[in-house]
Amino acid sequence: MSGVTSINLVENALLVSIQDDVTDTEIVELQETLSNRIAKENVKGVILDISSLEIVDTFVGRVIAQLAGISRLLAAETYVVGMRPAVAVTLVELGMYLPETRTALSLTHALSQLRRA
Amino acid sequence: MPQTATANILTILESDFSGVVEEWLGTQVKEGVKRSDLFSDSESRAQNQELLKAFGKGVRAGVVNEEFSLDDDAWEDLRAVLADVSKERVGRGVTPTEMATFVLALKAPLFKRLEAMPGVEGGKLIRDVLMVTRLVDAFAIYTNEIFIGERDQIIERQRQEMLELSTPVVELWDRVLTLPLIGTLDSARAQEVMENLLQTILERQAEVVIMDITGVGTVDTQVAQHLLRAAAAVRLMGAECIISGISPMIAQTMVQLGIDVGTVSTRSSIRTALSDALQKVGYVIKTSEAS
Repeated sequence: MSGVTSINLVENALLVSIQDDVTDTEIVELQETLSNRIAKENVKGVILDISSLEIVDTFVGRVIAQLAGISRLLAAETYVVGMRPAVAVTLVELGMYLPETRTALSLTHALSQLRRA
Repeated sequence: MPQTATANILTILESDFSGVVEEWLGTQVKEGVKRSDLFSDSESRAQNQELLKAFGKGVRAGVVNEEFSLDDDAWEDLRAVLADVSKERVGRGVTPTEMATFVLALKAPLFKRLEAMPGVEGGKLIRDVLMVTRLVDAFAIYTNEIFIGERDQIIERQRQEMLELSTPVVELWDRVLTLPLIGTLDSARAQEVMENLLQTILERQAEVVIMDITGVGTVDTQVAQHLLRAAAAVRLMGAECIISGISPMIAQTMVQLGIDVGTVSTRSSIRTALSDALQKVGYVIKTSEAS
């Protein structure tokens, strides 16, 4: 796993920060590492922090959707947090509404939702 | 005797300038386009004098071999005076027809004087009349163009003002925003509304957004699509969106059009939407003990 993307355990969820300069290879690697960690640590949720992501394309959108699908199968909810307005507009324009992910404003917001769930 | 095409016209303008101005005014009265209700006599006279002077200057310098173009430098004075006069007239509510007729009324006094000129008859008279007609017509067309440009500017300015005015995002409560939409929702406005809304969500860390469409007259497939896209973007940001103010009429239309709102919550009034929103962020509304 390269240094640009980190996975940390916060309460009973895995916090994944995706950096702006993430490459396509790294994000595919992330899928594999993350699915292993979810299964091993038996977490309730996965929090994808994309607040530093300024540009998205269909590929990144699809990977996020796939990450959510994988977590769901492993019994963890995915929360996408900190999406920038421009990124949200772009994803909607690309027709990627990410229906299988949950969203939250911030890490705190996501954790409080996870606790309630 | 060699003569340029505009010599006779120039002679008339030089020898009988005030006579032409007076008669021009007279024709305007006759044609019913002199707006005595909007302009005083002295104002109209001053405008006509200025216009005619600039016109004369253009005719002297701007016509070469019977050819001319009002875009040339020689016509600069006329263009400037026209722009001023048109601006003033648009402001006071003069119609385009009145404006064009006002300029075209200049033909009559010029024709009359050409006819009375010694030695101007037959083919020569016709040539001169043709020249005057071309000049005055170009003058009138240019006037109309300025007039329309003036109006376009007003429309554009108002449109811009409306765009800025019409997208306020209001903080109703801690973490609850509302966006009262009024009027028509076209693509440009929808885009502006969406960007404005998402930015405010980020700044205020709002969890619930109420989009109120009470003031939106009609909802067609396009408007609905704009609303649902905005709602989807709001959800992606991590907030929740409630669309309120859906009248029975709009509900029927939306179903007939086959619009599927998906998971977006909808409410008939902003009142119920507000109570739901407060509940979502953890507040309850209750009457005080005293009452």
